[in-house]
Amino acid sequence: MSASALRLAPLLLALLLSPLARAGKTLDAVKARKEVICGVSTGLAGFSASDSKGNWLGLDVDICKAIAAAVVGDRGRVRWTPLNAQQRFASLQSGEIDLLSRNTSWTLTRDASLGLHFTGIVFYDGQGFMVAKKSKISAARQLANAEVCVQSGTTTEKNLSDYSRAQNLKMKPVVFESFEASLKAFFSGRCPAYTTDATSLAAILQKEARNPGDYTILPELISKEPLGPVVRRGDDEWFAVVKWVVYALIEAEELGITQANADAQRASANPAVLRLLGVSEDLGKSLQLDRDWAYRAIKAVGNYGEIYERNLGSGSTLKLPRGANRLWSKGGLIYAPPLR
Amino acid sequence: MSSAAKRRRRALIYQLLTVAVLAAALTVLVRNTAQNLRLRGIPSGFDFLFQGAGFDIGDSLIAVAAGAPYWQALLVGLVNTLRVALPAIVLTTLLGTALGLGRLSRNFLLRSFCGAYVEAFRNIPLLLQLLAWYFVLTDLLPPMEDAWRAGEAIFLSKSGLAFPVPVVQGGKWMLDLPRREGLGISGGGTLTPEFLAVLLGLVFYSAAYFAETVRAGFNAVPLAQKQAAATLGLTRSQALVSVTLPQALRLIMPPATNQYLSLIKNSSLAIAVGYPDLVSVANTTLNQTGRAVECVSLIMLVYLCLSLATSLLMHWFERRMAWR
Amino acid sequence: MAIARKTVVAGPTSLAWWRENLFPDRGNSLLTLLIVAALVWGLSRIFDWALISAQFRPDAEACRALAHAGACWGVIAEKHVQILFGRYPYEEMWRPLTATLLLLALLALTFLRPRGRLAAAWVLAAAVVLTLMGGGLFGLSQVGPERWGGLPLTLLLSLGGMAGALPLGVLLALGRRSELPAVRAVASIYIELVRGVPLVSLLFLASFLLPLFLPQGMGLGVLARVLIGLILFAAAYLAEVVRGGLQAVSETQRLAAAALGLGYWQTQRWVILPQALHLALPALMNSFIATIKETSVVTVVSLYELTGALSLALSGDADWRPFFLEGYLFIAAIYWLICFSLSRASLRFETRAIPLAR
Repeated sequence: MSASALRLAPLLLALLLSPLARAGKTLDAVKARKEVICGVSTGLAGFSASDSKGNWLGLDVDICKAIAAAVVGDRGRVRWTPLNAQQRFASLQSGEIDLLSRNTSWTLTRDASLGLHFTGIVFYDGQGFMVAKKSKISAARQLANAEVCVQSGTTTEKNLSDYSRAQNLKMKPVVFESFEASLKAFFSGRCPAYTTDATSLAAILQKEARNPGDYTILPELISKEPLGPVVRRGDDEWFAVVKWVVYALIEAEELGITQANADAQRASANPAVLRLLGVSEDLGKSLQLDRDWAYRAIKAVGNYGEIYERNLGSGSTLKLPRGANRLWSKGGLIYAPPLR
Repeated sequence: MSSAAKRRRRALIYQLLTVAVLAAALTVLVRNTAQNLRLRGIPSGFDFLFQGAGFDIGDSLIAVAAGAPYWQALLVGLVNTLRVALPAIVLTTLLGTALGLGRLSRNFLLRSFCGAYVEAFRNIPLLLQLLAWYFVLTDLLPPMEDAWRAGEAIFLSKSGLAFPVPVVQGGKWMLDLPRREGLGISGGGTLTPEFLAVLLGLVFYSAAYFAETVRAGFNAVPLAQKQAAATLGLTRSQALVSVTLPQALRLIMPPATNQYLSLIKNSSLAIAVGYPDLVSVANTTLNQTGRAVECVSLIMLVYLCLSLATSLLMHWFERRMAWR
Repeated sequence: MAIARKTVVAGPTSLAWWRENLFPDRGNSLLTLLIVAALVWGLSRIFDWALISAQFRPDAEACRALAHAGACWGVIAEKHVQILFGRYPYEEMWRPLTATLLLLALLALTFLRPRGRLAAAWVLAAAVVLTLMGGGLFGLSQVGPERWGGLPLTLLLSLGGMAGALPLGVLLALGRRSELPAVRAVASIYIELVRGVPLVSLLFLASFLLPLFLPQGMGLGVLARVLIGLILFAAAYLAEVVRGGLQAVSETQRLAAAALGLGYWQTQRWVILPQALHLALPALMNSFIATIKETSVVTVVSLYELTGALSLALSGDADWRPFFLEGYLFIAAIYWLICFSLSRASLRFETRAIPLAR
């Protein structure tokens, strides 16, 4: 009997090794831990994917790195936690992660009833369809009676259902609880169509399809999918920090501050630049950060435009045009409230 | 105080202590949960069941109207669970009995083959078998355009097995034939690859266990019975049917009940291959509404009821057999 | 007319054996010929697919050229590390490898020669394995439990689950046999409740609800939560196994202990339970084998043990995705080897499970 009792020791060790997270004063916990625990996807090119050496790359990843740089001072102090679509909200709610930066769409239900807060929009996306070219489908209207592979736990299911009813297409969803299983089914030919956010479709086409030329993405966008980082409710300080780091990156692009010229810009003549970089005013005090928070964030990952180009645009294999993700001044939707 | 009275008092104290500790633990649990839910702004209650479900279920026996509430979606999930579990029970019984009897055969090859089957399928996890069946059905079958046909009425392809279904139309019985329409099949009945994978996986796995139960049951019938049957001049098959089988059946029933219960519970693995059974639908509901406590307790409650119903049914069946 | 008689001892070398076992009568002879024909046809095709036409080099192009006419074992050659060890960092692969070998060796030893002294070895092994996998001590880099995967995770979950479930199961079994009605009711309700629900629902409970049950500010990692779910599930089934053992221990043992003046807990600890566990040993071993198979279900809550690691390794790689069947066969072989060997080893104890008491 004592032997069996001793066997509990390994369990206790396992418990000790698991991350004990704090839900509540997240900012204090992050500062004390000197590390940000960031929830990302299990592998979506362009947003959050790890290479064979375990380095994480992507838009969502860069946002986390910027927050780490701003709060802790080092963009490398991030613990990456890959999550699938079902676990992501539970992980955030339970305190296992500090923030969720995982191409998550901002919807009313999620904002209001899951105990979470969306901090802002880093990418304006929409849902689309991908089909094999040999099926000769060129528009979503032609998908009548089709079986469509989707992943469960996402807004995709509901949008598909709404669109199917609105257009009277009687589409039949084939639902998988894992991203990998849904891809496997589509590429094996189980469904003629696959649906998810259009940018994810582009990433899938590039990285997951054996022969990208065999598939095409249909032009219709059937929903609005504004993606952004998510934090827990009831933690206003952390909410403010995450929100304003993102806005600082956007404002940096507007003001022309880049990763390369951030140091030189500290001597700029533009008072807005001096304010953002913490030279003339200490904006960080009200956020409970030090004055160089925005400077460090920009130095770590660059401004919003650089982040975009590196991960999704001309500097990546996806080569997606910015489209709605241009700055408001250039005709897009990316807008930051003034940092003053 | 007499020793018996002392013992009674001690027993009472122990029981009160146990109940008190449990009650305290439960109170702490409930209070923590309520506090956590409040802090996260997640409402409680089963009212979400009447809200419109944000998803369709592609594979369902009963037609669900657009925007139907969550309780209807969960009902469809339950029907799907039964739709795969009940045929699986029947097929398992047939295949398992055949295998079990095969293991008792005089023929060495048959014995070995059945034995090899049982040892192979018992030692591989069920989830792995389900995934393998699903892969075989979706990867190795042809796409719908090149479906294998039996006549004009039966199609077998990656989209499943489509077959004609008798319907009443205009007061007459007609066969509703499946036909290609757009990118899918309309008309007739369809068994999706998800359904087939779950069915085949469950049957082949559970039959291996059932075979062992049957074998143990037949082996447990005393040798004297078989010898007596031989003395009476019955052939082997006559002895089997009239003497051994009824006695073996009585011994097989209780473990068979356990295996049927296991089968019903194992059908919950359908979530891994994309078959929309109860657990799968409840999981989607949980993700869309955030009501974790309600959804998980609903799943457990329904399975408890299914287990209870099956036990009662088998018990009644056993009593009826005893009367014969 | 056939009288049921014991099979003649002669083996397949004697003609009598052949006649008795393969060609006893017309029907059976026909059956034998049919089975032989089917076996020849089936085995030759399997042989051809698996060995002759198969591709063994990790060459994706050559594999595709086969077009399923032959097996592509190159996928195992290419991906076996990821399949066996999951997402563990590549440079530190020797650590999960050592841990796995250690656990398998100790498991073999336990099933072949179970001794009470092995318990100390298990505790030591557990400490060594957890240190190897987790790191942070002795200069090993820290690798969090979320990166553990594949075969080591399967073994850790099964062993940890069994280790945790056994004490709880013993308590529940004792509770169910208790004379105190309240205790009996509590134990029975727990056992019947947990045995009536599928494992998946308990894993959901552990995954989604456990964080709610814990006080604000306390958290548990995924591995710990899933382990708790497995333990809660296995304990109910183990309780029934142990209860069977307890029932098999003769009542005279309890009476003799009472005559010696031993109290309830002393009786259980020193007299009843050792005998009960000894009697229940084969059934306990079977429960462990079942637990190994049940750990594959944790894939549903995104813990990437052997089955999940295969999915991760192949799904994300477009070149190798069509060759899942070879991957499934590979890990099926691993599971089969482990479970079959353990069940064969446990068979030896079924004959030894004679009552120690008269």
